[in-house]
Amino acid sequence: MTLTSHGIPAGRSTAAEPTLRATGLVKTYGRVVGLDGVDLELFPGEVLAVIGDNGAGKSTLIKCITGAEVPDEGHLNLQGNDVQFKRPQDAKLAGIETVYQSLAVSPALDIASNLYLGRELRKAGILGSLFRMMDTKLMRANSKSELDRLGISTLQDVTVPVENLSGGQRQAVAVARAAAFGSKVVVLDEPTAALGVRESNQVLDLIKRLREEGIPVILVSHNMPQVFDVADRIHIQRLGKRAAVITPQSHSMTDAVAIMTGAATS
Amino acid sequence: MSNATQTGPNPTAERKPVDLAAEFLDRSTPLSRVRNALHRYPALSPALVLVIAVIVFGIISPRFFLANNLSLITQQVAVVGTLAIAQTLIILTAGIDLSVGAMMVMATMVIAQTATQNNVPAPLALLLGLVVGLAAGTLNGLLVTRLKLPPFIVTLGTLNIFVALNLLYSHSASVVGQDLPNLITATGNTFKIGGIGITYGVVTMLILYVIMAFIMSKTAWGRHVYAVGDDKESARLAGIRVNRVLLSVYIAAGAIVAVAAWIQIGRADAASPNAGVDLNLDSITAVVIGGTSLFGGRGTIWGSLLGALIVGIFRNGLALAGLDVLYQTLAVGVLIIVAVALDQWIRKVRK
Repeated sequence: MTLTSHGIPAGRSTAAEPTLRATGLVKTYGRVVGLDGVDLELFPGEVLAVIGDNGAGKSTLIKCITGAEVPDEGHLNLQGNDVQFKRPQDAKLAGIETVYQSLAVSPALDIASNLYLGRELRKAGILGSLFRMMDTKLMRANSKSELDRLGISTLQDVTVPVENLSGGQRQAVAVARAAAFGSKVVVLDEPTAALGVRESNQVLDLIKRLREEGIPVILVSHNMPQVFDVADRIHIQRLGKRAAVITPQSHSMTDAVAIMTGAATS
Repeated sequence: MSNATQTGPNPTAERKPVDLAAEFLDRSTPLSRVRNALHRYPALSPALVLVIAVIVFGIISPRFFLANNLSLITQQVAVVGTLAIAQTLIILTAGIDLSVGAMMVMATMVIAQTATQNNVPAPLALLLGLVVGLAAGTLNGLLVTRLKLPPFIVTLGTLNIFVALNLLYSHSASVVGQDLPNLITATGNTFKIGGIGITYGVVTMLILYVIMAFIMSKTAWGRHVYAVGDDKESARLAGIRVNRVLLSVYIAAGAIVAVAAWIQIGRADAASPNAGVDLNLDSITAVVIGGTSLFGGRGTIWGSLLGALIVGIFRNGLALAGLDVLYQTLAVGVLIIVAVALDQWIRKVRK
């Protein structure tokens, strides 16, 4: 297989436009340079892993893409349109959903309420428009079918409070929330960091499921075996820059670590 | 003995501890089932306490169930019960409001003084009271959201500020009911249901409860209030504008406090700058006994009405039983500690 300089399969780079393209992202914190002109492309239906050492700019890169930080310079382009995000809500509205390692769900609320948190559906007619009444029944039914679609069979009762779930199930709720509602890009920031082995595997299966559904995924992870298991391409950050983009086929884990630490270039 | 002669492992003896351990892990004991039920329905325990208290006090004193006494209890509960709605909203966001009493007194004085000294028409005077509540709530909300100060400190400060402003404004002078327009004291008027005198103030409180319970359980705003109190960061990441929700909670609380001011004037048939500042603690007591968690995100509006009723009935029942007033205070103190201890225990369901 011939690869371009950024590891994009040669045939593909001409065939498909990236869903998300970041160009020349710069972010500085005082005198500390977080991002030093980073590019990133995410193609339809792929899992792009982002790896790098601590301080390489992984988190900053993700924050700039998801609206948690505003880059000093650079452009974001989502499905051919230039976009600017001032807060996470902007990215969410544009179709970029994020799952955080901190299991960002509301423990006391039930599964359906968590899936619809911040975008509750209202009843039709005067009950919804004047009295602002939520359509709990519809939200529960939709949540159920959404979980079924993603193959999350461990969550059957959507009225169970999230605090009664295991860590893996909670993360499944978070992933389902990100993948539902027709999102264009799902970003997962260390989604398995707080989970055990079996629960991590459930989340990795979910990621593969998202790819099958055609939703492109950005996966930030420290865990090399996981990255090499699910990723189509791997974006390696080093010292605030993109050091290389490789594929699990073209490089080994040892190669990836070497690039990460600067012992080798791509 | 047969045990002593056995050399190899005994299969039955070995399996037994494993089963015990599994049972232990399963934790499906009656006690844990009670805990799970209380966890799911936070108003369950105050409802039980209320029923038991009514039965016990009814047995102790035959006068407890007299129409006049029941009427008295509802009137005594009306003001604290209304303030408790405001307090519930704030405690659900994991905050606390020490200033509700002072805020209410300030609103009563503005209503009474503008109506008597400035000859402002009664509806407009009540509206001015509402404006005072909204402004005071907005001040609290802005200090909490913009300066990021803890609600306890903010409202401890504004408690003192409101008390001082109120005394400066009112010159420490009370206004008696007969000087006030009828509309302003109308919350003290009664009508009879089955021989029990009910004031319009009590009805106003109940209407507020119905409205707020609806908003908290059926609207997105209500759910967002719970989410913010439950886990602020998760709520923010879910796309909820946390500061906007918090500010709106403090403003809504201010509006409810202004209604409490109106009920207070009717109940006391006067507006006094010195009475009611300490109702802040009574409102917190009602909310806590009503099963709302001080850690936020858990509890119901109706629970606070139960909490206010429990306190009212304990005070009333103990007084009827001929006990010294100190024992009422003692009982309320014990209730608070039991309620919070129960809340801690219930929250252990969280894994």
